[in-house]
Amino acid sequence: MAKMTLIQAINDALKVAMRRDPSVLVMGEDVGVNGGVFRATDGIHAEFGEARAIDTPLAESGFVGAATGMAVNGLKPVVEIQFDGFLAPAQEHVVNHIARIRHRSRGRFTCPLVLRIPSWGGIKALEHHSESIENWYVNNPGLKIVVPSNPYDAKGLLLAAIDDPDPVMFFEPKRLYRAFRGEVPEDYYTVPIGKAAIAREGKDMTILTYGVHVHTALEAAEKAAAQYNWQAEVVDLRSLNPLDLDTIIASVKKTGRVVIVTEAPKSGGFHSELVALINDHALEYLEAPVARVTGFDVPMPYLLSEDLYLPDAGRVVEAMQSVKTY
Amino acid sequence: MQTAPNPATETKLDMEQLFEVRRVLNPDGTLVGPEPDLTPEQLKEVYRLMVYLRVFDQRCLNLQRQGRMGTFAPFSGQEACQVGSAYLLQKGKDWIFPTYRDHGAMHTLGVPSVNTLRYYMGDEMGSRAPEGVNAFPISIPIATQLVHAVGAAWAAKIKGEDTVTVGYVGDGGTSPGDFHEAMNFAAVYNTATILFVQNNKYAISTPNAKQFKTKTLAQRALAYDIPGVRVDGQDIFAVLTVFKEAIDRARAGGGPTLIEALTFRYGPHTTSDDPKRYRTQEEVEAWQAKDPIERMRKYLVTKGLWTDTDDESLWNWAKDQVNAAVTEAESIGKPSVDELFDYLYAEPTPELLRQKEYLKKYLSKQG
Ligand SMILES: Cc1ncc(C[n+]2csc(CCOP(=O)(O)OP(=O)(O)O)c2C)c(N)n1
Repeated sequence: MAKMTLIQAINDALKVAMRRDPSVLVMGEDVGVNGGVFRATDGIHAEFGEARAIDTPLAESGFVGAATGMAVNGLKPVVEIQFDGFLAPAQEHVVNHIARIRHRSRGRFTCPLVLRIPSWGGIKALEHHSESIENWYVNNPGLKIVVPSNPYDAKGLLLAAIDDPDPVMFFEPKRLYRAFRGEVPEDYYTVPIGKAAIAREGKDMTILTYGVHVHTALEAAEKAAAQYNWQAEVVDLRSLNPLDLDTIIASVKKTGRVVIVTEAPKSGGFHSELVALINDHALEYLEAPVARVTGFDVPMPYLLSEDLYLPDAGRVVEAMQSVKTY
Repeated sequence: MQTAPNPATETKLDMEQLFEVRRVLNPDGTLVGPEPDLTPEQLKEVYRLMVYLRVFDQRCLNLQRQGRMGTFAPFSGQEACQVGSAYLLQKGKDWIFPTYRDHGAMHTLGVPSVNTLRYYMGDEMGSRAPEGVNAFPISIPIATQLVHAVGAAWAAKIKGEDTVTVGYVGDGGTSPGDFHEAMNFAAVYNTATILFVQNNKYAISTPNAKQFKTKTLAQRALAYDIPGVRVDGQDIFAVLTVFKEAIDRARAGGGPTLIEALTFRYGPHTTSDDPKRYRTQEEVEAWQAKDPIERMRKYLVTKGLWTDTDDESLWNWAKDQVNAAVTEAESIGKPSVDELFDYLYAEPTPELLRQKEYLKKYLSKQG
């Protein structure tokens, strides 16, 4: 096994997929010669050529729309959206077409493409480069929503996404791209879409989260263990749709206390849906109201105020205190 | 089998000839056309602006490298486009809708350097243009601002005002639908809008050849039945001249113009970019040999308006000015917690007030 960063694992997954299946291609802005602005497609142009590593004109509606047609007609485009904030021009295709093709053609046509979306903040980027947009799509039937939190899952989930018969939105925590290395098998393997992982076992409370904040939660859990001897269970959702309700509810029933961590604005998000699901399936097990640690209901701030906006371990520990001492 | 005629090739229109590159000043500083109608003082002001902007731009690159600024988009090489596109606008009346690479045009219109510094240091206050300066905040989502420029001119028309607006965009920015929609709306409503494409050959790493098939971008004006112009973007006199024509036409009710300037950014796309991956040093040097600032300096010297001593003191003056702006920008400090929540609505919602209180309480506990 090799030690890879998350971005290397994504790059490796793309190459493995392209070697196995000639219908897989990558496309988007600067993904060819330049290897993508984050280098996710580094070396792919050299190995697979221009026809499978496509530098498109600068128009998300154009290349996401074209990828829709490609996917309907038998190819497997893996489309890079350069940054979260720039999916907006392609919204039309995502919500009005990609998400519905199978359903409205009653199974006659399908759209098995993958949208790779470098997402969220923490890298002190410019405006529109640090957005939390996953909630828009969790509320839009027809799309699978996947978020890795480590290199192993990144490769396995991306390979599963490329194999998936339906459109998958693959949200990449850009803050983790080069944050650390992990063991990654060199060959083909998949991590099933729709299965959560227990990132840390514990009995005193459950922390539900995904992406970069799996690490925020783990840091908070270690702090709380050292300071209060509380053992928190950290559930890495990995997939927001389909959602692994069984794992979530089993953990909630075990601990009776829940903190949810996300970077998205507070109001109207998927995290609130989690609270509703816990009410539906485990209300009588709760020892305290579910706490949420989120971003704020404001546009993602410019870099000088980024730290004010982003959830950190301190805010998570505070929420743990609130559910523990209720 | 008979193939249908392709009008574009059948008519044998030579687009490069039809949209010939307008030029006034040769790279050696000699004239090939009539100079713009400017006083010697104005000529020196234009030159001073270009020199100032070059110094400012280079300083920002250094600040970023030293960790004193965030990601920065430099425009060195594009100063003639920056100054020439905004210099003749009426301050307080006309509008510009810039991209992240047009802070030189913003400065020319009257946005202080401190704003640009604060913007790139990561403070939203940098996006607030002073009263009386109609510079829309930098638009990063590509080409969106063009439609806004059309709408602002359209509003002026509805209100009976002869305001002119300029929408800025790069070569890559001519690909999204918004570019074409802006052209069409401007044409249909005959708005006083100038759509200004700075064709600096690359959209990050993507060269013109992968971005569009036509030989020129100006020729797209044909399809919308509006005037289209190509101009040497390294020639400040030519840029001023074509802008004068377009501004006068727009103000007189003659409608929009598409201007394509042929130009080049000497530096990286942004400080996160490594241009060595997609372009050669020779290409950069070939463009540097056509430098807009040097070209105008030669002209001024030949005209007897400028000496080497003048030049030396100008570059020193620019450095001092930029230093003063940097000192001021760095003295401002971090935006307050209130600023995170204020400005979103005219009146904050109750939920926003709760969130602000929560954050303040949390921060005070952290000490
Ligand atoms: C809608 C959208 N997609 C992608 C980006 C990322 N991006 C920023 S600048 C850029 C290239 C723009 O090139 P061009 O229009 O030629 O202008 P230049 O940067 O060369 O001035 C890209 C792809 C963006 N800002 N907006």
